[in-house]
Amino acid sequence: MALLTRSRRRLQSSAPFLIVILAGAGAAFFIIPLLGLLLRTPWTSAWQQFGSAEVLAALRLSLLASVSATAIALVLGVPLAWTFARLAFPGRSVLRALTVLPMVLPPVVGGVALLLAFGRRGLVGGWLATTLGIHLPFTTAGAIIAETFVAMPFLVITVEAGLRSMDTRFEDAARTLGASRWTVLWRVTLPLVRPSLIAGAVLCWARALGEFGATITFAGNFPGTTQTMPLAVYLALESNPDAAIVLSLVLLAVSLAVLIGLRDRWLGAS
Amino acid sequence: MTLEARILARVGDFELDMELGLSAGELVAVLGPNGAGKTSLLRALAGLLPLSGGRVTLDGAVLEDPAQGIRVPTEQRPIGLVFQDYLLFPHLSVLENVAFGLRARGMARTPANREAGRWLDRVGLSAEGERRPASLSGGQAQRVALARVLALNPALLLLDEPMAALDASTRAEFRRDLRRHLESFRGVRLLVTHDPLEAMAMADRLVILEEGRVLQSGSPSEVTQHPRSRYVADLVGVNLFRGRASNGLITLAGGGSLTAVAGPDGDVFAVVHPRTVALYRTRPDGTPRNIWEGRAADLDLEGDRVRVRLSGLPSIVAEVTPVAVRELGLDRGDRVWIAVKATEVNVYPA
Amino acid sequence: MRARLVAALLVAIAVGLVSACGPMAPVSASQSGLNGTITVFAASSLNAAFTRIGADFEKRHPGTIVKFSFAGSSSLAAQIQQGALGDVFASADQPNMQKVIQAGLTSQMPIVIARNDLEIVVAKGNPKHVEALADLARSGLVVVLCAPAVPCGHYAAQTLQKAGVSVKPASQEADVKSVLSKVALGEADAGLVYVTDVKSAGNAVEGVAIPPALNVVAEYPIVILKDSQNRALARAFVSYILTDGRQTLARYGFTNP
Repeated sequence: MALLTRSRRRLQSSAPFLIVILAGAGAAFFIIPLLGLLLRTPWTSAWQQFGSAEVLAALRLSLLASVSATAIALVLGVPLAWTFARLAFPGRSVLRALTVLPMVLPPVVGGVALLLAFGRRGLVGGWLATTLGIHLPFTTAGAIIAETFVAMPFLVITVEAGLRSMDTRFEDAARTLGASRWTVLWRVTLPLVRPSLIAGAVLCWARALGEFGATITFAGNFPGTTQTMPLAVYLALESNPDAAIVLSLVLLAVSLAVLIGLRDRWLGAS
Repeated sequence: MTLEARILARVGDFELDMELGLSAGELVAVLGPNGAGKTSLLRALAGLLPLSGGRVTLDGAVLEDPAQGIRVPTEQRPIGLVFQDYLLFPHLSVLENVAFGLRARGMARTPANREAGRWLDRVGLSAEGERRPASLSGGQAQRVALARVLALNPALLLLDEPMAALDASTRAEFRRDLRRHLESFRGVRLLVTHDPLEAMAMADRLVILEEGRVLQSGSPSEVTQHPRSRYVADLVGVNLFRGRASNGLITLAGGGSLTAVAGPDGDVFAVVHPRTVALYRTRPDGTPRNIWEGRAADLDLEGDRVRVRLSGLPSIVAEVTPVAVRELGLDRGDRVWIAVKATEVNVYPA
Repeated sequence: MRARLVAALLVAIAVGLVSACGPMAPVSASQSGLNGTITVFAASSLNAAFTRIGADFEKRHPGTIVKFSFAGSSSLAAQIQQGALGDVFASADQPNMQKVIQAGLTSQMPIVIARNDLEIVVAKGNPKHVEALADLARSGLVVVLCAPAVPCGHYAAQTLQKAGVSVKPASQEADVKSVLSKVALGEADAGLVYVTDVKSAGNAVEGVAIPPALNVVAEYPIVILKDSQNRALARAFVSYILTDGRQTLARYGFTNP
């Protein structure tokens, strides 16, 4: 009994009661909707849904598009983050605000903006179509562009924060050892911000995987070409809510598996 | 091999304005309090801090001359810099750290690793090549940082507070160690530190830096015997006065005067060692030529001696035995007579 | 300039006074004895027409308030099945109405209040010269349809089947407004939408009529829900739609049943 009270007192002193309550409410806020999804799942018909060609096509397309979007975001977003973190130039804060705008912009508006830019009659879309023969709307490439547009800011701000918090004297040390700026970037800077790179890429990928509004607005919805999982879920909700629940679960399972896998692999499950 | 540097550089409001000449084989220590500009000096020499004026040449080759628009980038300077906290790359093994510079300068992986291994051997760490820097002790990290720089055979070796990251208890040992490694190096060596003991133990010549300016330069014994700044005088533990001398009578800038037996006329420094300052309850008779009355502002027991800070004209510090303090019945705030023999006042030109 | 501003202010104050007096008027002004509030769940495509009808109804019966919740028919059906409280449900198709009926949430048989024809929507001026359903199969023509899961897609598929035309759409949009906007923005050359949508879309697009023989007509059934808290008012509103509301519906492009 004495032991019990002592351990309880220790618990209280190490974690304020209010914090524990609020944290519990916060966790419940996430868990209860998931629980609702799980409990309402028509498990018997779930397996049939899961194996259907349309679901597999949507899943395949979702993975392809989200991974491609993450790759593009890495290629373009890391230099952007580096520029924001390391170069001082007039208009930097404005440019930074513009590039993270897709985080607050309703994705559907983002999709319309993309149409106005890369659509058939868009600012550069017309030129793309006539000179290069590239059509983005209604194509898988368009779905990837839409996902990149919405998801890349997550990578940019994460990597920028990593670059800002890193000790730049390591870069100085590398230069005094004869490393060119390019070598410094590849062999010192990027390895040192690797946790931020991974976290940013994972966030970006997760956002791309769940992307709906910009994709359906810019790329449209066609099974096998532009119908990603979230689009399939939304449409299934119209006709067959059971199927929608199963599709959501598939999406959930895939993202959970990847996130947990990455965590164990790279972020060190400590 | 020589380094000739005239350095003008700004970091925010801070301005570094100094000249420095170093020759091969010499180990020079730049000594100064924190914020004196020591690290800025090293960064300027390494090309990490651009000069606003001046000129740096190493063995006759111009490294930087803003007036002529010359600025050799850091990675092309034959300069090795050992950083204060060593800055070993945490994502690379010890061996890869040492091989980093060789690889960056175009050596293939295999010969670079072999060469790095030789250097690790030389600093006695051949068994630690596969370890990560985070698992090394401070002394080991210091030796890896040194090997990483020496492997590139720089013409100029810069060390930023090499002992600061080490445990106080192990410093003496590592200082000997470092000195041994530095002796084998043939280029120009420059070390900056705020630790006078370290500077005096290691360096052939001291350069005293304060607020971005050189106050004094010379061998350790010259500098300690003839301090030219309050900073050095405090370091050495002597009383330093500045004044105008005329026929042995020095009128002090801060009030009061001192008589010395000999010395130059004009602007002078005068040094009085605290142990030569005598204290009396009543005015003494006899030989001492400098006698004045003061008040004991503070008493501090230091080792087997008591340091008595005295306010008067001039204010001075005396060092007496605890027995003397008891015999005098001296306490804080007491009035006391201060006597310094003229022969103990050491005068040299300012 | 200033005079006009003052006039505007005076008008604003006057209007404010009048409306402020409103609630002071006798509450039981309605001769029919109707009062209170009802909530009407209505398909998105009814938005403009029903808003108008609702306002007219409230004017006719002072003291009554008709609230609307507009959304896609299937969303509304799902909401009602999940227990959303309301009095009237107007669907854009029969299947969604059937869901609510089968769930036992209605108190009578539904009544069809309006029909909506399909139309080919093209850019203003019809630059691609789309004249008939058969043209939609032309290669190089970008056609968007509604997804088969939503009513307009279902109807589009039926119409095309009737006409014996096989169309490969570039996209199967989630709703009819998306089809319309793809054509309005110039991304698509043609689409199949309701007549009412073309009418409400304004100047960017125009419609190409589909012959009645090939057309599939969307029916809009309405029903009073079992849990209605103001059955009298709900009944009055439904009968108002079937009488005076017809003209309004026709004005917005619906045809009478």
